[in-house]
Amino acid sequence: MKNKSLISITDITKEDYKTILDLAEKFEKKPKQKILENYVVASLFFEPSTRTRLSFESAASQLGAKIVGFTDASSSSVKKGETLKDTIMMVSNYADIIVMRHPKEGSSRYASEVASVPVLNAGDGANQHPTQCLLDLYSIRKTQGTLDNLHVAFVGDLKYGRTVHSLVTALTNFNTTFHLVSPVELKLPSSVKRYIKEKNLDYFQYTELDEVIPKVDILYMTRIQQERFSDPFEYEKVKNSYVLKNSMLDDSKPNLRVLHPLPRVNEITEDVDSNPKAYYFTQALNGVYVRQALLALTLGVK
Amino acid sequence: MAKQEKRKELKVSAIENGTVIDHIPAESVFQVISILGLDRIPNQIMVGTNLESKKYGKKGIIKVSKKFFEKEDLNKIALVAPIATIIVIKDFTVVYKEKVEVPDFIDKVVKCINPNCITNHENIPTKFTVIDKEDLKLHCHYCEKITKKENISFK
Ligand SMILES: [Zn+2]
Repeated sequence: MKNKSLISITDITKEDYKTILDLAEKFEKKPKQKILENYVVASLFFEPSTRTRLSFESAASQLGAKIVGFTDASSSSVKKGETLKDTIMMVSNYADIIVMRHPKEGSSRYASEVASVPVLNAGDGANQHPTQCLLDLYSIRKTQGTLDNLHVAFVGDLKYGRTVHSLVTALTNFNTTFHLVSPVELKLPSSVKRYIKEKNLDYFQYTELDEVIPKVDILYMTRIQQERFSDPFEYEKVKNSYVLKNSMLDDSKPNLRVLHPLPRVNEITEDVDSNPKAYYFTQALNGVYVRQALLALTLGVK
Repeated sequence: MAKQEKRKELKVSAIENGTVIDHIPAESVFQVISILGLDRIPNQIMVGTNLESKKYGKKGIIKVSKKFFEKEDLNKIALVAPIATIIVIKDFTVVYKEKVEVPDFIDKVVKCINPNCITNHENIPTKFTVIDKEDLKLHCHYCEKITKKENISFK
């Protein structure tokens, strides 16, 4: 994976997943290692995303790398009308690797084509956010002991949620059975179902949450945003139907874990937080180890 | 080649050297001109449209003198003229005659349907993979969204 950009989850082979997750496991045991002391990481946030930026910068700092960059486009030359190409070519001169977040879809792929150093996509508009996906996979493997043959439920906004799209696509490598729970207007788009169908995997669609919970190993919750509905009345109808309460986990499998990309609003009630099956806070922390693994592999240090 | 057939082809190939694009749906003639960039070259070009065709209804035909195209460029016109025929003429003789084919990849000419795609905001040539040749579905190399047949427009 040395010198290879990571833009989309579809760039990752099944073997790569294992390499990345295995190395992330080692970093979890020992996150502070000065192996990137001679490297400069450019952290280019063309739109603010505090969560992702802190996770990446913490990952890089713990490995001893220096960080240069900007935290939103308003404080950079981008605001003065510089093209993306010019910004990326300029930054390529100052850094060994670029971590980039940008509001336009496809921007990271394009940057990887003009940059002379590898690019790690930290989110390009609504398109891809592969490190989020990798930390989800890491969390699944860690809690289940395997990625293979699991029953995974996705709940909420399956139409616009890019984390859902990426994770569904990635899981098609592991013989997953998909349980898709959403309002009719927020069903998983056919462009993503295509990957499930290509691998001949089973998927089931539901509009009710209750019946799914006892069947699955992973319950992946997402937020339903009001602005996704053209009719506010439609939103009012569904907004409380996809809320997970602690009592609903009573009949769930012992190995079930609840994941959520965070931040949550009301889709998981607070009484779930103390349930040992709630994993969403640890899940976010795993992002640091996965990002350390990617930095080290891409720079060819591991 | 039978005599009669030869005479028919001579009529079509009334240019000495060049490329003839036949069986273009009449409504797509001007799109073909733009896809091939014919409005930007100095060559002699003859354009006919709304001609009667027994087989295809109203058709168009374009004859470009002293110009030979790359196959991949010609295949781009399959997006708007799926049954077009390409005839290459050298010395008043037909040396090549084939139907266009929808290509596997399409560069530059098509606009991505996604308004938030980087190719619609910076000066970046588009790139698509054709994931469905019958129904025409184009997968954007950059934003990964699909542009369908009914949404295809040209840059
Ligand atoms: Zn696009």
